[in-house]
Amino acid sequence: MTTASATSPSDASTRSPSDKLQDAVIRLAGNSQDGIQTIGGFLARLAGRTAQEVMTYMTIPSTISGGPSIFQVHIGSGEVLSPGDDADFLVAFYQHSYENHINSLREGGVCIYDTDEVEPDLTDKRFTFIGIPISTTTIEALGGSARDRGKNMFILGLLTNVFDLNREKLAAIIDRQFGKKHESVLRNAMLAFDAGYSYPIGESLNGDYGIAPGRIEGEHRIATDGNQMLTCGLLAAGVRYGAGYPITPWSSIMESLRSELPKYGGLFVQGEDELAAVSIALGMAYSGHLAVTGSSGPGLSLKMEALSYAVMAELPLIVINVQRGGPSTGLPTSVEQSDLMQAIYGSHGDAPRVVLAPQDVEDCFYIALEAGRIARKYSVPVIILSDQAISSRIEAFAEPNLDEFMVEAELDISPRDESFKPYPLDGLTRHAPPGTPLEGGKYPVVTGLEHDEWGHPTANPELHQKMTARRRNKLVALAEELDELEVYGDAEGDTLLVGWGSTYGPIREAVDRMRANGQKVGAIQIRHLNPLPNGLEKSFAKFSRVAVFELNDAGLYGYGQLATLLRARYCDPRIQSITKTEGLGFKIREIIAGVEKLKNA
Amino acid sequence: MSTAAPAPPEKLTKKMLTADHPTWCPGCGDFAVLAAFYKVLEKLQIPHEKIVTIAGIGCSSRFPYFVNSHGLHFIHGRALPLATGISLSRPDVHVFAFGGDGDGFSIGGNHLDHCARKNVNLTYVIMDNSVYGLTKMQTSPTSPIGYKSKTDPTGAIDQPVNPMRKLVASGASFVGRTHATQVKHMMEMFERAIKHQGFSVVEVLSECVIFYPGAFDSGNPRKGGEFEIIQERSWDETAEDEARHDVTDFSAAMKLTEESYPGKFGTYYEVDRPSKNVLEQKWIDDSRAKVGSASDKDILQARFNQMK
Ligand SMILES: Cc1ncc(C[n+]2csc(CCOP(=O)(O)OP(=O)(O)O)c2C)c(N)n1
Ligand code: SF4
Ligand SMILES: [Mg+2]
Repeated sequence: MTTASATSPSDASTRSPSDKLQDAVIRLAGNSQDGIQTIGGFLARLAGRTAQEVMTYMTIPSTISGGPSIFQVHIGSGEVLSPGDDADFLVAFYQHSYENHINSLREGGVCIYDTDEVEPDLTDKRFTFIGIPISTTTIEALGGSARDRGKNMFILGLLTNVFDLNREKLAAIIDRQFGKKHESVLRNAMLAFDAGYSYPIGESLNGDYGIAPGRIEGEHRIATDGNQMLTCGLLAAGVRYGAGYPITPWSSIMESLRSELPKYGGLFVQGEDELAAVSIALGMAYSGHLAVTGSSGPGLSLKMEALSYAVMAELPLIVINVQRGGPSTGLPTSVEQSDLMQAIYGSHGDAPRVVLAPQDVEDCFYIALEAGRIARKYSVPVIILSDQAISSRIEAFAEPNLDEFMVEAELDISPRDESFKPYPLDGLTRHAPPGTPLEGGKYPVVTGLEHDEWGHPTANPELHQKMTARRRNKLVALAEELDELEVYGDAEGDTLLVGWGSTYGPIREAVDRMRANGQKVGAIQIRHLNPLPNGLEKSFAKFSRVAVFELNDAGLYGYGQLATLLRARYCDPRIQSITKTEGLGFKIREIIAGVEKLKNA
Repeated sequence: MSTAAPAPPEKLTKKMLTADHPTWCPGCGDFAVLAAFYKVLEKLQIPHEKIVTIAGIGCSSRFPYFVNSHGLHFIHGRALPLATGISLSRPDVHVFAFGGDGDGFSIGGNHLDHCARKNVNLTYVIMDNSVYGLTKMQTSPTSPIGYKSKTDPTGAIDQPVNPMRKLVASGASFVGRTHATQVKHMMEMFERAIKHQGFSVVEVLSECVIFYPGAFDSGNPRKGGEFEIIQERSWDETAEDEARHDVTDFSAAMKLTEESYPGKFGTYYEVDRPSKNVLEQKWIDDSRAKVGSASDKDILQARFNQMK
């Protein structure tokens, strides 16, 4: 990490506990089998229903048998942009949870711990400690049998009381989740929940921790994670076929598509490896469908040869890469943005393709629609670079209006007349999928060899140059139709912060804070990474420096991957780079410190 | 695109199926394979626009250019997964995949196993010349021990793949073997393979006259070899029938693969097993039945409602 260490603590410490809170960061630390993900999910869905904003963050051990795991929920009555730097509340299930996470609690924060498991250092005067016999109270509530089960529901009840959350709505969400199972499951869950809810914690807490009601009005809201939203976006974009091979954190997309697509009359196929998966998907694309394949870093590497084929043959394909820490197996359950260069350049030959990145969970839906639109219009592969953070965290946001966005899946095998030419030098690519009658009697062969406008192989030097340019110019045309990016915050001033992907929220929050302190700063989040939207240089020119924040290595020459590309394109020495490779996202204070560091350099 | 009413289907002829003149070397065994394919298609009268010919990379894999049908020339070794994508997403078309021994048994060997066990509905023809032709004479996975190539100048040392054993073991539901010099037999094999529901594969011994001349003479009567065809059981309750080959008997098929070179030709194995296409379609039909008359938008909306 090249950012400086902590500057000022979060502004959370400035508020008085007697007011209604505007937001709160709660960190639940336990083991993965304790079901803390489940209660995190309940809290997030509740926020969606009560017009509050929410962002979550979790760590999952990469081992199956479990291990330490956390779920952090940031709930607020207004806009919530990041999972939160420091927690206001820590719930420690075990001694290791306490030891590993007590320093993520802000000064003045509250640590709730299980007195059956944890012995905290009560002389630590930075925090308020509240010990509760969580294990024994839960067991009592459940009638003594179910060992270790239900502690999560107990805590959920407790938090509902402390933060004055909407008990009724929460109960309805729990009911829907567990109601499908055996009735005893729901009954036990509610017994544990009620025990937590009625636990007399109020006496140990000084002040009111109720969170103010949400300020977002008039919208239907949903809460879910990035992988689910990408899946929904693909379905809305008219994707009906696809193929993949399991790998974390991509797998949940393919699992969802495998069960969802048949409802739409489509199909998702599990291939024997990623080489097969991309090839199966290309077979579907050639067949006239908008198809998808996906993976995470290592799997993308395996798909590269076929991606160059798709560029050459000009087949549309959506390719998802949910990035994780690399190289190799790397940090398989952590966030990193180190596959940008691979996405843009990672295969043989001059193989221009489109690369997009969603900036948060909500945007996963719209980026999938955009990918579908571009793949169809330009007949190119479109890579979506999501990342582990977006894939797993839950956010609440306005429900997309399907009347507006639903794209129909269609297969065009209507006859083509004699003038049919798949690759016109002066027009867009149009294939004739199998089943299409060719009235001229000549059928097309799609090929990876260089070819002429009809698709006939040729090694004519002039034609190779023309066709190479043709493939590139599709992306040039795309860039021209993209809106120029608006700068968030100050339109001119000292520092323009530039990011891509999941750094969106923390960068915005950092800009808000810096502006509140009188600094002139703005931010741009790039969703179209290849081609870049036109006009960035105009925004760059209005600032003294451009600070690119990304979760990858500064490399041999001191610049992260996007920063390297921007410097190559604009030859603008104002473009600087702040990178981080800890397998964690940027904290707000790290971004602010990064800007400071560049200023003082 | 034309808006004219469709003309009555024309009779499919060899002439309509003929495309560019093949770029293969004169005398290459692959010519005969192509000619047999034309004839079988002509006989079966598959609608022209529903024929899809695809291949990987190699001399033999140039096949799609020489057939005037919908076609795709893919990358080395991946023809079968590509064909799987077409077959599963377009049950209305007939998928034919072609390729060489390197494409199918080496770089694409794993795909072959999986496509076969999944029983994807398509027909795959392997033109085995026991050498890498296109890249000019390297050892192939079927080159016999002792074969002198550019990568084994003193003779190949690795045990070759036994194609029939691999194909039968892989779970393919139709496995046939033929010889490019035996046109009538080759056509019979192609026809049976095409009519088979599920994954059908035919290995054709097809000589590379440039880099491995004479490779399959031992299976060619005109070159002093023997072309012995498998006698299949006809269940006629005669005594002779007992000794004939039951194509549905897996162990018997495996046993046939053990015969010493050149071995037998014909149908090694043929069983009726539901194809992946059928099984997936059943799942699609069941899923559709559950959503009833809901539109795609309704289905997605219901998913959003669960996120509230
Ligand atoms: C990924 C990749 N590796 C290597 C090659 C080079 N290559 C092309 S064809 C071929 C072997 C072809 O042998 P075979 O499949 O037996 O076909 P034949 O030419 O003998 O008909 C090789 C190694 C390639 N095109 N792509
Ligand atoms: S090199 Fe061999 S396999 Fe290739 S076309 Fe010539 S004869 Fe046929
Ligand atoms: Mg060969």
